[in-house]
Amino acid sequence: MKKAFPWHVLVFLAPALVIYSLFSALPLADTLRLGLYTTDEGGQHHFAGLANYATILFDPQWSQSFWNAMWNNCKFFLIHMLLQNPIGLLLATLFSLKGLKGERSYRTLIFLPTLLSVVIIGFIWQLILSPLWGVGQSLMDGVGIGSHFAPWLGQESTALLTIALISVWQYIGIPMMLIYAALLAVPEEIIEAAHAEGASAMRIFWQIKLPLIWPTLGLVTILTFVANFNAFDLVYSVKGALAGPNYATDILGTFFYRTFFGYQAQLGSPTMGAAVATMMFLVILAGVGVYFFFVQRKLTRYEL
Amino acid sequence: MQQHAKGGVAARNTLLALLLASGTAQAGTLTIESWRVDDKTLWETVLIPAFQKKHPGIDVKFSPTAPTEYDSTLNARLSGGTAGDLLACRPFDVSLALYKRGQLEKLDGKAGMDNFPASAKVAWQTDDGKDTFCMPIASVMHGFLYNKKIFRELKLQPPATEEEFFKVLETVKKSGKYAPLALGTADQWEANQVIFTSIGANYWKGEDGRKALIAGKAKFTDPQFIAAWEYEARLGSYLSKGASAQTYGDSQNQFALGKAAIYPSGSWDIAYFKQDPELELGAFNPPVRKAGDKCYISDHTDIGMSVNKKSKNKEDAYKFLAWLGSQEFADIYTNKVTGFFSLSNHLISIKDPLAKQMNGWRASCASTIRLNAQILNRGEPSMENELWNVNAQVLNGKLAPKDAARQIQAGFAKWYKPQQ
Repeated sequence: MKKAFPWHVLVFLAPALVIYSLFSALPLADTLRLGLYTTDEGGQHHFAGLANYATILFDPQWSQSFWNAMWNNCKFFLIHMLLQNPIGLLLATLFSLKGLKGERSYRTLIFLPTLLSVVIIGFIWQLILSPLWGVGQSLMDGVGIGSHFAPWLGQESTALLTIALISVWQYIGIPMMLIYAALLAVPEEIIEAAHAEGASAMRIFWQIKLPLIWPTLGLVTILTFVANFNAFDLVYSVKGALAGPNYATDILGTFFYRTFFGYQAQLGSPTMGAAVATMMFLVILAGVGVYFFFVQRKLTRYEL
Repeated sequence: MQQHAKGGVAARNTLLALLLASGTAQAGTLTIESWRVDDKTLWETVLIPAFQKKHPGIDVKFSPTAPTEYDSTLNARLSGGTAGDLLACRPFDVSLALYKRGQLEKLDGKAGMDNFPASAKVAWQTDDGKDTFCMPIASVMHGFLYNKKIFRELKLQPPATEEEFFKVLETVKKSGKYAPLALGTADQWEANQVIFTSIGANYWKGEDGRKALIAGKAKFTDPQFIAAWEYEARLGSYLSKGASAQTYGDSQNQFALGKAAIYPSGSWDIAYFKQDPELELGAFNPPVRKAGDKCYISDHTDIGMSVNKKSKNKEDAYKFLAWLGSQEFADIYTNKVTGFFSLSNHLISIKDPLAKQMNGWRASCASTIRLNAQILNRGEPSMENELWNVNAQVLNGKLAPKDAARQIQAGFAKWYKPQQ
């Protein structure tokens, strides 16, 4: 017997499909297309093939900026991976312990900065770290290390790290909450069984809890990757689109902004900007691809 | 025939009156785009009401964007068709690019335009001088502001030569109570616009040096430019500790609170500091290299106004423009937006003594505009952005003057034929 065409599936899918195509897939396709054009003086677009990509990758002036931004972006991502996620895991583990006091208040407080506007975060930290007015120096003076204070946001060697740390501080609540939720979902019986067999708390964590939350950690990693390679707002609000000093805090987001919209006397080029955006898209696509291929595929589902 | 024409005029007038009576919503509100965020109150409380006294029924809205965002935002709005009716114009290439793209109206022969000397219009004309696309509004002058109280306390005189200048800076530094210069490099632009192209004019002899670069007769690696960077590098040691993270706003505060003796800036900041009557302000022009040298000042045609080609309310926009060209506007603007000097031919008496003093430098020093404002900003890499970066680094002591020169010249030669 022939099965009837499942019309209901189509009907239920349609709204999401239409909205997604209209506001996500279509603009993306158009960006990919626009990257293949150039703009002349009169603002007209002409087809140029891969010329924009050749410029970005091989013109010394462009490629230097591009790779500088790319490398800074990698550093930005690595700092998040090394600090934000392990600390998030640590905090989540602590909070999931039983009998902890004030756990809710701490959880809320740590999650709070995530809810604030990045512009406000940027402004607050700029003030705290300001060498003229900042409380940073007086706080450090208070504990006797005031002489180590430096204009961290203004030095080439420290600016990117400082901004990355601010970002870690702001967003640490997200991995913490995700991991926390995953830890709560670990079945009580297994832990109890392990206890009964005499496993130590450490062993329970490393050999039972951690393997069970691998999928969440993988998810946190890929979320961090996508968010970091799309990052823009914090650098922009703290250092402006020129991402100084000497482009030390320039990441792909700010590089894209300068290219697409222009900055001060530099006029924006939508076509060149679209090419940069496409490069960003490819980087993220590659990252997500690697994740799906090597991580997602190998995840084991534990049947309980 | 005549009767008929009269009838026609009467009919048109009635129609116009009817349209006007039907509410201003019909004519639409005139929106002015500008980067002068600081002037918002002034436009809303003084300038627009003054215009409306003459033209009741025309609503005007002043809607500024932060200076560094202005060009890009305006570009996006113009392309998207959401830009205002009147657009504040940056001088030279930025506006020229908009005009070439057909986004600005040609203004030659419009009411009010004949009130400006040819020299004022150059900043907003095509290279051949045939089309003018913005009405000039005002220029700003660069120089040093100083705190008279601190100068009295340390028994200092405003310096005339560089040697004197560095002596003054040294004395302030030694006193330990005040920062010699209220200046930071976090925002980068001051390093270029306020220091390099302002104080540097004494080195490359103002217009001579600027035109030589355009003609390809001089290079940034020539001694006169390198010397300017060396001077800048020397100034770098008189900034506050942590100047590399100090923003323009920080510097303004630092000087306003009496924590720094000298504020390298320009006339546009007078209005800001005048809000505090306690602060006794003095000004001196960039010191010359040796006593007796001719002095040069950066007297920059800074702001103009144009009409958006896609404006739906051009008639009113032109009325507004005509008023911008009037004596009344020139007078209000010069005296209320203290430190912005009207570019019109009208005779205006400047009431603020400090602004008057700065304006008086025109008589004794030769005027020039910012070094890279004309033509030099056209190519890629954008010389403006490069200069910001390079000068901030020179002030921070991170880049040697010679390397600064080499970097700027290399970028320049890359796209500019006469330099190749």
